[in-house]
Amino acid sequence: MRWYWIDRFIEFESGRRAKAIKNISLAEDYLHDHFPQYPLIPNSLVIEGMAQTGGLLICEHSRFTEKVVLAKLPKVVFYCGAGPGDTLTYTATAEYIRPEGAMVTATSYKGDVLHAQAEIVFAHLNDASLGSLFDPETFLRMMRLLGAFEIGHAADGGPLVPPSHLVQAAEGT
Amino acid sequence: MPTKEEIFEKIQAALVDALGVDEEDVTPEATLVGDLGAESIDFLDIVFRLEKAFDIKIPRGELFPEDILTDAQYVQDGKVTEQGVAELRKRMPFANLDDFAKNPIVQDFGNLLTVADMCRFVEGKVEVTE
Repeated sequence: MRWYWIDRFIEFESGRRAKAIKNISLAEDYLHDHFPQYPLIPNSLVIEGMAQTGGLLICEHSRFTEKVVLAKLPKVVFYCGAGPGDTLTYTATAEYIRPEGAMVTATSYKGDVLHAQAEIVFAHLNDASLGSLFDPETFLRMMRLLGAFEIGHAADGGPLVPPSHLVQAAEGT
Repeated sequence: MPTKEEIFEKIQAALVDALGVDEEDVTPEATLVGDLGAESIDFLDIVFRLEKAFDIKIPRGELFPEDILTDAQYVQDGKVTEQGVAELRKRMPFANLDDFAKNPIVQDFGNLLTVADMCRFVEGKVEVTE
């Protein structure tokens, strides 16, 4: 299983806001254990999906030069459950982006219904041991797979393009 | 312009949200690390909430000058030197460093800051109504 907990970006405003969708399918193994005969997406995986939406927003803002890791969840509230057939829409809005870290507020909507809300704090790390988690080609592949460059906007309103150092690094591998 | 009481109440709310502690635990004497359980990442969160609550800017290292504690010029054998303590007093006029100065072990520094220190820090940045 790949650790992707969003399926596609549908909005990406550099440094400001990103919106992604997660389609929940009964083909996903975990739903058969959580719970037998009563499949619900675990709240922890919804948090991960909101964190991936916000984390890539923060990563892209630094042009993928900062190592961004989930550091803290000051607040998370769930209002209802979600299961197979539901599409969750995650919206992450950057509250602040500072040299040492960042915070986003995130929501999850099931259709028009507010499903969950969270505050997510990210830290910027400079730890060489984390290097392999932050390979440029990994980011490039992930952002392309999620369609971020197809629908995204840069801070100046132009199209969102991958930084050249990421493209060069990916081509070199 | 807020009163000192209003400043305390806003700081109390920010710490309740950032640290998940009960309001009654956030007393002026409470230390952020020892009593309220703040960890390093929490300071980023706290600084953001203070900036938002009071519409102020808090540059990195202003509330918690960690750069001094990692500067070989100011630290020797795990203790802050006299020169380092003098620098801390200059940078942190809102905090009472007298006890720390008696045995300035770097590790103990994290537990120095109290809620009252934080109130004085904010009072120095906004106009206060008496």
